[in-house]
Amino acid sequence: MSILAVLEQRSGQWNRMSFETLAAAQQLGTQLGTTASAAVLGYGVEALAGELASKQLEKIYAVEHELLKDYTPDAYCVALAPLIDRIQPKVLLFPHTYQVRDFLPKLATAHRRVAVSDAIAHRVENGQVILVRQLFQGKVNADVRLVGDGPHFASLQAGAYRADRTVEGTAAVEVFRPAISPAQIRTVPRELFRESQRAVDLGAAGIIVSVGRGIKEADNIALVQQLADALGGELAASRPICDAGWLPMERQVGSSGQTVAPKLYLAVGISGAIQHLVGMKGSRTVVAINKDAGAPIFEVADYGIVGDLFQVVPELIEAVKKAK
Amino acid sequence: MKIVVAIKQVPARDSQLRISSSGKSIDEADLSYEINEPDAYALEAGLQLKEKHGGEVVALCAGPARAATTIKEALAKGADRAIHIEEDMAAFDPLAAAQLLAAAVKGEGADLILTGLQSDDLGYGQTGVILAELLGVPHATIVMQVEKSESGIRVKRELEDGWFQHVDMPLPALLTIQSGISKLRYATLMGIKKAKSKPMQRVTAASLGVAAAAPSVVVERIYLPERTKHTQLFDGSPKEAAAKLVEKLKFEARVI
Repeated sequence: MSILAVLEQRSGQWNRMSFETLAAAQQLGTQLGTTASAAVLGYGVEALAGELASKQLEKIYAVEHELLKDYTPDAYCVALAPLIDRIQPKVLLFPHTYQVRDFLPKLATAHRRVAVSDAIAHRVENGQVILVRQLFQGKVNADVRLVGDGPHFASLQAGAYRADRTVEGTAAVEVFRPAISPAQIRTVPRELFRESQRAVDLGAAGIIVSVGRGIKEADNIALVQQLADALGGELAASRPICDAGWLPMERQVGSSGQTVAPKLYLAVGISGAIQHLVGMKGSRTVVAINKDAGAPIFEVADYGIVGDLFQVVPELIEAVKKAK
Repeated sequence: MKIVVAIKQVPARDSQLRISSSGKSIDEADLSYEINEPDAYALEAGLQLKEKHGGEVVALCAGPARAATTIKEALAKGADRAIHIEEDMAAFDPLAAAQLLAAAVKGEGADLILTGLQSDDLGYGQTGVILAELLGVPHATIVMQVEKSESGIRVKRELEDGWFQHVDMPLPALLTIQSGISKLRYATLMGIKKAKSKPMQRVTAASLGVAAAAPSVVVERIYLPERTKHTQLFDGSPKEAAAKLVEKLKFEARVI
């Protein structure tokens, strides 16, 4: 009846969201009066699992198999099934990474459960777990109750829990060796690659002016470029702008693009879907200009103007020039 | 290549959302609807594969009667025929929804099943993968490119931080498609005309023999999120608002 945090590594490096999941599992365990354990899958991950020995956990499972060296959804689900059978966790928590998005629904379905994906918070009421998740690209929240027996499955949004809140203690590593046969793996993953060297390092920019769907047409981007120039900043964009080919992919901020944390991030016509927010919410000062006062970008903005960007931005360019 | 594309109708992107009095759903009055954007890209990918390799594209959609407009659009863009599972989907969680889709698609003998990587309304991002598991076929998610290979297909998956990966897989298979995979086509006048004579099969959960099991997760309530951050908003004319903002950025935040 414990909590199991299933952590993520690639080539022996932790995904930093793993520790957020670990912290959440410890908190939930305490609230439910039970313990938390952790599992990490791979080939030769015992030493990596050992890095968690100073955490307060019941057990750390190093799930070991040669066929777990390169991630496949089939091998991961085959490997986790007997572990779940053995320890019968009430709730399994995962970081909401691209990899988890790829295999968690499959794993949950095999247990005839629906995973609560991309949760941002939890609470315990009368011994029952309620998770909060976002609908409509962050415009609406939903409280979701886990009912009936475990195992239940949930993935946690990047940044929803603090990695530095893990509780120290001691934990023993157990190597768990599931049986996996090559015939069970139907897909063949190839080497990871990047499209091209990035000519623009948005991560180094002090000021970023970022443009989204609200700009309507490619020709209008020049207006936002002028604002970036006036501020001495770099131009960036949300995903739809790069998808449309209006700006190169290397200028995309968000989960599939770059993660940035400039001193000033000015979002123009960006509604603030979570995939964008995770890429910029570490910025020191966030400014949003958007016609929709309910846009999620205002959730993370320090300053905002609700209005038509085509009227506001030209005035802003003038005001910036005057101030310099 | 026989391709089934699962599409969903969702509230239009810029909708002003209000919570219904039940506190469990969105007030549907005055909402307009459109195809879920990633599903539009899945349809586009399906149509392009058909143009290249021949075959058939079947649009599959579960939703109430209003979803017929989205299905007609898919037919107008080039889908050959459609299956409409006519149900109010409010009572169906992603597993139950995928069970409906699985029942409808089972007899089709599809080589490839495509859908968007997530819906812009509920955003579970799971229906495609669940459907693959129920059908017992391999899957790949967040796919940017699909190519036929000797033994099946090779897909390009998007990973985090600008990384990609190719995955080889046999057919039949299910792919969840990322937005932006290619440019979306518009329906032509000819397409719209042709769509009227294309077959649209209507089925229901009952006719498919699917009954939703007791859910393991229950939505208690939905609500507009409370602002956790205090945002200073500047009103007045655009000129006044811009001047106030610049003053704050210069003297309070000290970032310019």
